Amino acid sequence: MQLAAVILVDGLVYASYLFMVAVGLTVIFGVQRVLNTAHGSFFAFGAYLAAMLIGAWYKAGWPAYGGFLIIVVSAAVVGIVLGLIIERCLLKYLYDRDEHIVVLATFAAFLALEDVILLIWGTDPYYAIQPVQELGATQIAGLKFDNYNLSMIAISGVLALSLWYALRRTTWGKMLLAVIYDREVSRAMGINVTAVFLITFILGSILAALGGAYLAPTISVLPGIGVEVIVIAFAVVVIGGMGSIPGALIGAVIVGISRAAAVHLLPSIELFVIYIIMAGVLIFRPEGLFVPVKARRI
Amino acid sequence: MHTLKFRGMTRTLGASLVTALVMGPGSALAKDEITMAVPTFTTGAGGPAFGVPGKQGVELLIDAINAGTMPAPYNTKGMGGARVKALVYDESGGNTKQVAELRNKVQKENVDLVVGYVSSGSCSAIAPVAEELKILTLLTVCGTPRVFEELVKEPKYVFRTINHAVASNLSLARYVVEKYGDKNGYTGVNPNYAWGQDSWRDFDMSMKVLAPKMIQTTTPQFPKLFGGQFGSEISAMLRAPEQIVHSSVWGGDIESLIFQGQPRGLFDNKLFLFTVGDSAVYRLGKQFPMGSLVGARGPYGIYASTELNKSPLNVWFQREYRARYKEQPSQAAYQYAQGVLAAKYAYDRAQAGNGGKFPSTDQVITALRGATFTSLAGTVRMSLSKGHQAVTEDMWGVLFWDMKLNEPMVRDVVTYPPECVNPPADALDSTEWIKAGMKGTKC
Amino acid sequence: MSRLADRTVIGLSISAVVLMALAALIPNWMLFIFLQSFARGAVALGLLVLWRSGLISFGHALYFAAGAYGAVFMQRMIANDAFAMVAAGLIASGALAFLLGFLLRQYRGIFFALLNMAFSMVLWGLLAKTEALGSTDGLSIVAPRFFGMVFAGDQSKLAIYFFAIVLTWMFSVAVHLYMKSTLGAMSTAVRENEIRLEYLGYSAHRAVHVKYVISALLAGFGGVLMGMTVGIVDPDSMAYWTVSGEFVFITILSGTGNVAATYIGAFVFEIIRSLAFQYSPKLWQLIMGGALLLIIMFLPNGLWSVMARLRKARAS
Repeated sequence: MQLAAVILVDGLVYASYLFMVAVGLTVIFGVQRVLNTAHGSFFAFGAYLAAMLIGAWYKAGWPAYGGFLIIVVSAAVVGIVLGLIIERCLLKYLYDRDEHIVVLATFAAFLALEDVILLIWGTDPYYAIQPVQELGATQIAGLKFDNYNLSMIAISGVLALSLWYALRRTTWGKMLLAVIYDREVSRAMGINVTAVFLITFILGSILAALGGAYLAPTISVLPGIGVEVIVIAFAVVVIGGMGSIPGALIGAVIVGISRAAAVHLLPSIELFVIYIIMAGVLIFRPEGLFVPVKARRI
Repeated sequence: MHTLKFRGMTRTLGASLVTALVMGPGSALAKDEITMAVPTFTTGAGGPAFGVPGKQGVELLIDAINAGTMPAPYNTKGMGGARVKALVYDESGGNTKQVAELRNKVQKENVDLVVGYVSSGSCSAIAPVAEELKILTLLTVCGTPRVFEELVKEPKYVFRTINHAVASNLSLARYVVEKYGDKNGYTGVNPNYAWGQDSWRDFDMSMKVLAPKMIQTTTPQFPKLFGGQFGSEISAMLRAPEQIVHSSVWGGDIESLIFQGQPRGLFDNKLFLFTVGDSAVYRLGKQFPMGSLVGARGPYGIYASTELNKSPLNVWFQREYRARYKEQPSQAAYQYAQGVLAAKYAYDRAQAGNGGKFPSTDQVITALRGATFTSLAGTVRMSLSKGHQAVTEDMWGVLFWDMKLNEPMVRDVVTYPPECVNPPADALDSTEWIKAGMKGTKC
Repeated sequence: MSRLADRTVIGLSISAVVLMALAALIPNWMLFIFLQSFARGAVALGLLVLWRSGLISFGHALYFAAGAYGAVFMQRMIANDAFAMVAAGLIASGALAFLLGFLLRQYRGIFFALLNMAFSMVLWGLLAKTEALGSTDGLSIVAPRFFGMVFAGDQSKLAIYFFAIVLTWMFSVAVHLYMKSTLGAMSTAVRENEIRLEYLGYSAHRAVHVKYVISALLAGFGGVLMGMTVGIVDPDSMAYWTVSGEFVFITILSGTGNVAATYIGAFVFEIIRSLAFQYSPKLWQLIMGGALLLIIMFLPNGLWSVMARLRKARAS
């Protein structure tokens, strides 16, 4: 019983991290049909900027809550700046190209951005652990869990709810859904598809950067942290159904809990449990758990 | 601008092509400069822990060697009378790329020797190639015993100037049995790749021989290397009944494990054995869990602090390193520097044996094979694997914060002589040797 | 007869002879770059076969690694012979692709690409955690024999070089002839409109399955070649997803124009990487990424389109 509770908490913490990195990817794919490999770079940029600023903030001895503000601000800054650059200077020219080519273009952007990170921040790691220490720990099922990681579950929940609300209950959301369903018809109906694309991409980038910024205080921020994120986010998105926000949520929860269960019960498969689930889901549900509607072309 | 640069590149390429064609490899001219290729992690996750200190150690030593400002017995200028130029390059990118790079360095850029390599993967990949290319190669950090026990059984050009990894896990087991024999048992959290798996295996086997009564019921954890998320593993450790946790994590992993484990009380409940903890101790400072056991793969880093090692060579290195880089030298700085010193020792000795003339590579190899030389942190004997594998002392102790020095320090230090933690020269397979009860050790 | 006298076949044959003659002239490191280009080029050729049907795999490192490990197994357990090792690599990758093909042939587009990636990452995980298979340090390959003949030192690299050229030439000609055949010509039909193809009485699934196995065989061959060239096989440089990414990189770089293009693409890839690394060790990824972006933007049909354009210009 205690083990089950521990697996659940561990799994949900990991799932909330997965959701943060996967949801932006799925939104961008849903709207723009772009599988964005550079997503991992946005994550890394978010982590670096947050870690650097938080470090400086606490060094200056300013009030503690500022650390949390910095996380949000860095995510927004990274998302807007990088999102704008990548969408306007690269993707804009590729929307009518083969989807594989677009993936490769973002892969190229990812390679280049890896070195840009080195140019900006160098090889030394950045630490920003103060926010974690601020929040303390809670006893659950006889084990100590730190509140910072637990708060990630709440943040992800709020994120999921607000995205759902924005999509279903606002005009902008409805426009977005229309574009997802049929790009050409939406354009004919007078929706500014270009603007929708840009806004979506920036939003997705902010979400990726938020994942990085939020995770920054719990890790050592150093070169290469973006590589891991991409494939894991890919896997979650594919499991949930590409382009589906509830899919990303369910996918994240499934992967998160499976991994936690593997660690506790069968550590030898931890390394690739995610990919086994991904292959398994695709075998039975070829387009993932939540399949977006698609027209058949004859 | 770009076309110009590109044209420059093609021209250099053409020129080196021609040079290679005309002169052929290894043309023996009188040398006034030798080029030393130094592979280490300048990018990627291995950079801060090993790459940067390694590079700094090399640069400091080479500048001093060229200027002739090192203390005796290394107070002559250059190596074998020649100036040394270090060509530091990146070790990341995988084994295939490392093999390609070694070929480029040897055949295109005509380096004279290679001193470096952090990762066991790189060493395993390049050791046979180095033999094929006939390039003198001194491995500095990587630990896998496979290099000489399986891949290059008859080495000529490849040497390793540090203990192989078996020694540090065996000495750790001895230390644990000696000081913490009353603990109930041990488990592990090691990165899931060759280094982590080997480290656990060596420690586990040594413990089974030395303390058969200690329990080990919890399955050891093998998190993905640089996975960054240890939440579930920490929970699993907290639930485990064993009081000791063996861990060979390093780089970003050791830092993330500490950051995530600290608020959850992991280190209050468990005694952690960080086999390469020294590589993170100085960077983390007070964040590092005090009371843990930290290793440095030998008498390096924190174990070579001037509190513990007052040899003139070491005092000089500590002073110069701290002055130049504004930080303490951690293990990789010592280990890379040791490789450079081994080269200097061998070139100088070979030069002396060659009537003061610059020696050939074969003479340098003869000078180094089976040699005993003084390094920064103690004596190195090239006594295993036909004189190509070094043995040194190994040291273990408990980490604490030294108020007086205002930096981390180790207490309860035990020094293990090389014969105590290394297999004898005639043991062919060190893993089998541990399993068979470690015959022939002298402690 | 006219088929064999095809311009591409002649071109490939001439190139093979020229490359063999070059062996006497080029420095050793260049030989190594050529060998790597043959290996990666073979995988890219496999991807090209798939791409003609509109499919791209982000996981062909799976077969690259399967071939390489198959060859190691053959060398260590059964027979140390280059031909036997290639055979083992082909059997390993071909059998695996045949099995997975039943599943994968039902997928198209990005799902096909990503499901391949998932399988390759499972293999990577298995290899990385299994100590008996060398874990991440990998397993070494010693210089192979050729029908019992032993070559030592530098000669052994030369032997591998000639061996590689002959086999690469054979495979490339075979693939070229296949793509010109009826089954091969169906590729484009699969890409353009699968349903229409089915109405014509062909099975799109079978066509994809056949192509999938062919592409895996080529990837397996590439893996064996790479293993022999480098002397070690390991999961990180053979099965990780970034390796698959490089293969796709080379395929796009080369373009679908011609069989030979993939080898030129692979060679350009190796040269850019080697030079970028030598002259700008800190920014080589930036250079690689930048080069790729430029190609995608300005050479949408790959390097081969430059050749085609030049030829056109000369003609007019």
